[in-house]
Amino acid sequence: MARAAVQRRLTWLPARLVATSAESPRVHRLVFDVPGWSGHLPGQHVDVRLTAEDGYTAERSYSLASPPEVGELHLLVERLEDGEVSSYLTGELSPGDLIELRGPIGGYFVWSAAADQDDRDTGRRPVQLVAGGAGVSPFTAMLDHHRRRESPTPMQLLYSTRDESEILARGLLGPETTITLTRDVPVGWAGETGRVDAAMLLRCTVKPGDSPRIFVCGPTAFAESTATALVDLGHEPTSIRIERFGESKEPS
Amino acid sequence: MTDPVTLDPIAARRLDGNAAGGILAEVFAVDVTAARSRCAGCGATSMLGAHHVYADAPAMVLRCPSCTGMVLRVGMREGRILLDLSGSRLLEIPMPASSGGGPATEDDGELG
Ligand SMILES: Cc1cc2nc3c(=O)[nH]c(=O)nc-3n(C[C@H](O)[C@H](O)[C@H](O)COP(=O)(O)OP(=O)(O)OC[C@H]3O[C@@H](n4cnc5c(N)ncnc54)[C@H](O)[C@@H]3O)c2cc1C
Ligand SMILES: [Zn+2]
Repeated sequence: MARAAVQRRLTWLPARLVATSAESPRVHRLVFDVPGWSGHLPGQHVDVRLTAEDGYTAERSYSLASPPEVGELHLLVERLEDGEVSSYLTGELSPGDLIELRGPIGGYFVWSAAADQDDRDTGRRPVQLVAGGAGVSPFTAMLDHHRRRESPTPMQLLYSTRDESEILARGLLGPETTITLTRDVPVGWAGETGRVDAAMLLRCTVKPGDSPRIFVCGPTAFAESTATALVDLGHEPTSIRIERFGESKEPS
Repeated sequence: MTDPVTLDPIAARRLDGNAAGGILAEVFAVDVTAARSRCAGCGATSMLGAHHVYADAPAMVLRCPSCTGMVLRVGMREGRILLDLSGSRLLEIPMPASSGGGPATEDDGELG
């Protein structure tokens, strides 16, 4: 059960790729079968370890894009130019190949229906998610889990992406989601356009007066500018949790 | 107006305490990203998940979100894990039974 997931020392587990597909021009959805997986909470991540024939290893973190209710683990991996691990995962790894995973990791950037039930005071507060690019990955786990559990917690997503072709997890996004396109806007686009800023946050996210729990995820520059704008709007700094993905040459 | 491209190269690669959760889980039997640490430098308390992490150095370096002082360093060398906790005066780790697998408390955010 998910709760046990944060109670034991973690070790590296072999993970077999069962499927890989282009979710967008730059992002692949990788599906892994991990025997002995202990379950996870939406928002948690795994560390991926690649080992070359000469013993050289590289480790990177990836958010779990699938909810605990799904047996396989899904990752949404964005291919960065010259990216050591992401270019291997999206370009070389084929179904049947084995890599190593360590996880689930993190008790901080998580949301679950059960935790809201256990803690009614916190659970009453709405949840606002704000994603830039592949930063939507942990939120797809949260939204999917929210839906499967029919959670009463109000949940909204503001999702910034470069153009329509780069929208990830399309099938999962419903009326709770506002999308803003930062680069190419197709004719007839009815959603938001341009980068996330204070005015857009004011228009499209839960107001400070409703004391939302806010999760922000994406490239470091995106996450920090968004968090700063949220505080400027009057949100409690302590109600904002951030997951920085690191540098991205192409801000979302 | 927020401009997402004004961070210097080091700041742009900054991560959160979460990013160190994996290697710390090799040491601790419980998740410590939701643990609260009191900074030995300035005395501020915040969850490790809300600390800043710089992962480019040979070790992962966690810095205090209030004063940017070094709180914790963790790295691997020759099959050993090296853990330097000298920047944390007190580490308060929720027991699994009371942590409930979710965020522990609410007065623990990122920028506080
Ligand atoms: C908790 C967490 C969760 C994450 N979840 C996801 C996820 O779900 N999906 C996802 O796609 N990513 C995620 N990331 C990011 C991921 O961990 C990797 O950082 C990312 O895939 C890039 O790794 P890489 O090996 O491909 O690139 P790297 O080889 O690490 O390079 C990254 C970029 O930095 C440049 N670079 C490399 N070294 C330097 C240097 N010394 N100075 C300046 N520039 C340099 C490279 O040219 C490249 O553009 C997550 C990160 C964290 C911390
Ligand atoms: Zn400090």
